[in-house]
Amino acid sequence: MQNLDHIISEAQRDFSACGSIADLEQAKARYLGKSGSLTDALKGLGKLSSEERPAAGAAINVVKQQVEAALKEKRDAILLAEQEHQLASESLDVTLPARQLGQGGLHPVSLTLRRIEELFRSIGFEVAEGPEIESDFYNFTALNIPEDHPARAMHDTFYVDEQHVLRTHTSPVQVHYMQDKEPPLKIIAPGRVYRVDSDATHSPMFHQVEGLWVDENISFANLKGVVQDFLQRFFERDDLQVRFRPSFFPFTEPSAEMDMSWGDGWLEIGGCGMVHPEVFGHVGIDSEKYRGFAFGLGVERLTMLRYGVNDLRLFFENDLRFLKQFA
Amino acid sequence: MQFSEQWLRQYVNPALDSEGLGHALTMAGLEVEALEPVAADFTKVVVAEIISAEKHPDADRLQICKVNVGTDELLQIVCGAPNARAGLKAPCALVGAELPGFKIKQAKVRGVESFGMMCSAKELGLAEESSGLLELAADTIVGQDIRTVFELDDKLFTLKLTPNRTDCLSIVGIARDVTALTGATLLLPTILPVAAKINAQHAVTVSEPDACPRYTGRLITGVNAAVTTPDWIVRRLERSGVRSISAIVDITNYVLLEQGQPLHAFDADKLQGNIEVRYARAGEQLVLLNQQTIELQPDMLVIADSTGALALAGIMGGDSSAVGDDTSNIFLESAFFTPAVIVGKARRLNFSTDSSYRFERGVDFGNTLAALERATNLVLEICGGEAGPVTEVLGSLPARPPVSLRMARLISVLGIPLNIQDVLNILQKLNFTYTHSGDVFEVTPPSYRFDIEIEEDLIEEVARLYGYDNIPATAPQDQLRMLPSAEASLNRNWLRDTLAASGYQEIVSYSFVDESWERELLGNPNPIQLKNPIASNLSVMRSGLWGGLLETLMYNLNRKQERVRLFEIGATYSSVTDGYAEITRISGLAYGDAAPEQWAQEAREVDFFDVKAEIERLAGGRVQYVTAQHSALHPGQTAQVILHGKPIGWIGKLHPKWQQQYQLPRSVILFELDVEPLLQRKVAEYTHVPKFPPVRRDIAVLVDENTNIQALTDSMWAAKNPLINEIALFDVYRGKGIAEGKKSLAFLVLIQDTQKTLTDVEADAVMASILDLLVQQHGATLRN
Repeated sequence: MQNLDHIISEAQRDFSACGSIADLEQAKARYLGKSGSLTDALKGLGKLSSEERPAAGAAINVVKQQVEAALKEKRDAILLAEQEHQLASESLDVTLPARQLGQGGLHPVSLTLRRIEELFRSIGFEVAEGPEIESDFYNFTALNIPEDHPARAMHDTFYVDEQHVLRTHTSPVQVHYMQDKEPPLKIIAPGRVYRVDSDATHSPMFHQVEGLWVDENISFANLKGVVQDFLQRFFERDDLQVRFRPSFFPFTEPSAEMDMSWGDGWLEIGGCGMVHPEVFGHVGIDSEKYRGFAFGLGVERLTMLRYGVNDLRLFFENDLRFLKQFA
Repeated sequence: MQFSEQWLRQYVNPALDSEGLGHALTMAGLEVEALEPVAADFTKVVVAEIISAEKHPDADRLQICKVNVGTDELLQIVCGAPNARAGLKAPCALVGAELPGFKIKQAKVRGVESFGMMCSAKELGLAEESSGLLELAADTIVGQDIRTVFELDDKLFTLKLTPNRTDCLSIVGIARDVTALTGATLLLPTILPVAAKINAQHAVTVSEPDACPRYTGRLITGVNAAVTTPDWIVRRLERSGVRSISAIVDITNYVLLEQGQPLHAFDADKLQGNIEVRYARAGEQLVLLNQQTIELQPDMLVIADSTGALALAGIMGGDSSAVGDDTSNIFLESAFFTPAVIVGKARRLNFSTDSSYRFERGVDFGNTLAALERATNLVLEICGGEAGPVTEVLGSLPARPPVSLRMARLISVLGIPLNIQDVLNILQKLNFTYTHSGDVFEVTPPSYRFDIEIEEDLIEEVARLYGYDNIPATAPQDQLRMLPSAEASLNRNWLRDTLAASGYQEIVSYSFVDESWERELLGNPNPIQLKNPIASNLSVMRSGLWGGLLETLMYNLNRKQERVRLFEIGATYSSVTDGYAEITRISGLAYGDAAPEQWAQEAREVDFFDVKAEIERLAGGRVQYVTAQHSALHPGQTAQVILHGKPIGWIGKLHPKWQQQYQLPRSVILFELDVEPLLQRKVAEYTHVPKFPPVRRDIAVLVDENTNIQALTDSMWAAKNPLINEIALFDVYRGKGIAEGKKSLAFLVLIQDTQKTLTDVEADAVMASILDLLVQQHGATLRN
């Protein structure tokens, strides 16, 4: 048995000298391998008598457990050391910048249009579209602006040919939509519009959003309600007020200019009114049964107010130093 | 419409200050665009007469004046104005006066005491420049406050009138509306008919009674046309932006502003035979008052005599019959011309006059004669002379059929609870004639209202007088129904967000572009031309978006940007047989390094395949690429993008010749895709998730260099082997070990049986069939 005790101390010494898992595996083989000393000892049991065998076997097993325990202890120690080494070697300066893809973003007019669409969708408006090269009929005649009407002169129209113009407003979308669908109708129509006008406060191309609600019980007071609701939500200001002033558009009657309270004064933000019976006539809607309101908002104007942009031309110069501010 | 507040207040004087009046007008639809004082504030400036002017002993340019300012003593004032002289009346700022920007104190000027300052128009803020003292008329009363003399305590109103409110193109008309709005008493000038003192008359023939339903005119003989126009008329004209010309012309302009009725005065001695109102004859010419010679067109109405056209009716008089200083007999015309006849004619001649502006929109045909009488009175009063009887030719005037107004309709359109009495009050304020029975009013609009034709027009009038401000903002009531939401259809915003997340910045550029972008870059031989472009470089509608992207790139490169990613969503335009077509496209541009300069990645130039990744993201499906040619793109790096078998756009590298032409230091990758097909997706449909793991096998083949990879993968998929789960290219190799003109392609293939574990034999069979197919169809050989 002296021999077995010797094995334990020898194994413990051997294992503790190991610096790696590979060394440890080799050392382990010397005791527990096919020809390891403990394996040999177990093989030696066969030579003993059946009386001697249990006690000797038990003694070997005790030694074996002790060797295995020593082995495990050393293995754990090595693994821990290796892990610590790995952690130390892998540690980073976590403040180094991330791998960059580059920052993209949306045009501020897109941001405004998206907000407008979301707000109106929340009360059930759908989005409609129409062509930008529009026939004279849809841009003017169907909107009760006959040939030579002085209102046409106000529009500074781009002509494509004798019968076609670049739409001067998004109102023709109303006409298309009312021709195609039966009331009740509840749409907004965002898009590009064009006027022959270019200076610090006018762009030959800009964006409008047209709104239309046709139903049996839609009133001028409702128009004011919806526009006020929209502006309060858009600007996130509950105290924002809307002021209507009598105005004139051939396609609405009564008509109004919409002002919004801003600072100490009022700012004009678009035109609106009750759909003119003549327009209903052009699209075959019974104006005795239905009434509707329509409004047109200037998108650049809203964007400028929302973000404090002070020059309309910035929107179309596309200077990245400007556009990136909205990313 | 610009006018003097004092003039208006002479006819109606509500208990409102200027701002209050302005607000009332604006809120009634007569928008006040500007409200400004006619003169700057100043005090203690009076009319002074220079009694004597002596040279200053110590200054060549100064004079010592003794000045009478209406007090007991003469004031001594040192004055440097060259026109200071004894006998001159001029404004004098007394000690203590406050002028625009400075105060007058008693002072010593080069050793001489001076008790005030003689003033120029500039010093009083009445003119931008002046060269000496403001010289006053000899009969000006000494000592009177200059503000009184010139009526300077007045304000200028500028109204931005809408085309329907033609009735407010006159002081009388505005006064009428102010009365309706405020209830203040209307005090219009009394117009008495002038009794004829002579019998002379000019015969008038109206050959076009529809175009001219009412024509009135009269001769006034023995006038002094050279007389000076009275100050009060000149002042009111000036405050309406009308220059004083001569007494008679000024009077006609004055009546136009006051009454809204354009008038014309002919020199009667230059008229031959009868006056005729007719359409112009072919080839007829007319020299207008502005010296412009025009070719008359047969739809232009003229006033003519036996020699030909004298004036363009309702638009502008002619030179040959114009009134001059030596005119002694005039024929004064006041007529009503039908708006539709006048409309557009002045614009066709590239001008507009106060007269055409009013006739185009509608002039009060009930006031034609009164305006003539008003002008006659003023002519007789100012120029003297004797008036003849009025000649009037009357056709059928526009009808003013009664318009019904139903209470129920009114209430439902406006959404406010009005009652009969409210409406009665409003109609009375407006001075509209009406009858009513039960809930229905029959309203007859006055002759000056051209804008009351239907019930809604009356509803607007009621709302206007009720006050738009008094209409509450009420939320509509509606039945709650959800909006449709098509899952298979994405929103454009999704495309925007996808590209923005990849580092692309959205831009918005003009839909009209330089013609060269279309013709050269996009190879479009027939771009849609605008008839009236705003600039020559914005003259055609774009058929693609690359022009705007490249322009934006150049703009930003000039501002030191080095790596640029841009995109735009917008319509593109083309001519089709029955009109125009518009297709919305999304287009992108990539320039510079593949990634922003950074520590963690090697810098490399962005290339075709970087941008291809964006297309895959946008298309979200199995897009295909076909080698193709495009005028803008590099012939070896261009593909047409195919989705579900249909071409939807392009990707490629900008052709080096354009890169050179646009002086771009580095290459540009462009793409453009139709938006609609990108947004169409399939709603997901569950298929069984296999329990058994797939087997991966790799295969490497040699093919000709010009074989394109898509053809290979397409044919592998086309075999529709149900066991093939995935095919992916993972390596392309050329060089050592590979023959010239060949390339080695390595694919991984995932093979899967959904029902059982795949055996090696089965996997081998799949790979063998793939190899066989590549050999047969593409001449491939297995690489060992």
